[in-house]
Amino acid sequence: MEATAYAYLAAGFGAGLVILGAAFGIGKLASSAMEASGRQPEVAGAVRTSMIIAAALIEGATFFALAICILLALK
Amino acid sequence: MTDSLTPPDSLQTSLADTTVVAARHGGEFDFNHLLEHLYDSRTLEFPGGHWDIPAFPPVQIGGLTIDLSITKHVFFLLLAAVLLTAAAVTASRRIRKNAVPTGFANLVEVFVVFIRDEIVLTTMGPAGLKYTPFILTTFLYILIMNLLGLVPFGASATGNISVTAGLALVAFVMIQVAAIRAQGLSHYLAHFTGGVAWWLWPIMIPIEILGIFTKAFALCMRLFANMSGGHIVILALLGFIFLAKSIYFAPIPVIFVVAINLLEVLVAFIQAYVFAMLTALFMGLGIPQGEEEHGH
Repeated sequence: MEATAYAYLAAGFGAGLVILGAAFGIGKLASSAMEASGRQPEVAGAVRTSMIIAAALIEGATFFALAICILLALK
Repeated sequence: MTDSLTPPDSLQTSLADTTVVAARHGGEFDFNHLLEHLYDSRTLEFPGGHWDIPAFPPVQIGGLTIDLSITKHVFFLLLAAVLLTAAAVTASRRIRKNAVPTGFANLVEVFVVFIRDEIVLTTMGPAGLKYTPFILTTFLYILIMNLLGLVPFGASATGNISVTAGLALVAFVMIQVAAIRAQGLSHYLAHFTGGVAWWLWPIMIPIEILGIFTKAFALCMRLFANMSGGHIVILALLGFIFLAKSIYFAPIPVIFVVAINLLEVLVAFIQAYVFAMLTALFMGLGIPQGEEEHGH
């Protein structure tokens, strides 16, 4: 395989790994949030707010990794 | 297939190239004009035709040549600003006329109260109430820009990284201003040392400076990636029709596209909320809350 092909392969694998990590993180976050609001429905609003913030932060880190994958696929 | 291996200039041309290559496998259909709604262009489309926006000659500012012509995204950026101003002025006039808002003014009030109670008060406390107009403007402006992208023939200006970079720049400045106003300049600068021993400062100060830029950069990337990502998914799904080259296959992607479009309405609201929420949160980090010792 030539070098460009390796780069495309790496970008594809990278995107897959990024999704694995992000899905695991957000899944764990959501499950804990559900559990928390199930136990204490009265704080469900506060739990949802902090869940969205944490999800957004995970997503932000994910996008940094995705940007690297995109750069790999482009250069 | 060899076309796909030549490195394209930018993300958008690359996406176009790969999709065109993919489309070529299925047939001779030129995919470019489906993807065109992702790009910034000098043409406005509307039902029954299109209008080429007149371009200004580039402006020379201190040796830099800057093209200040209005493009499609700039048009929708300005349109969002006009819509937001009109909505805000109408609503505030009606509320001034009678204290109990009805109809449209009531709708706007729901957003205002939501931003004040759920975002500003929870992240910045009563000290942050003076920043409510800024957070509210950020939220509604991004929301309107996001939603304009879902209107047929519309384009979402937030799907352009320059627009989100501008929004993030404003947020960045406001985060620093809020911190300086709340703590004073000397205390604000002292924060860059992180409160560690002086011989650790060479490590700590660059990290802290990097930290303040990362927040804004993440805001910029998040909004851009979410908004353009949704459009790319829709176009990719529509592309399956041309891959299959069968009209009987068409309803399946169309159903999915309708579902994704509904999801996009949700995403438009969530991303506007997240941008406003995180801006407020980062501003709140710089505002000391009550009695607690303000660490980091």
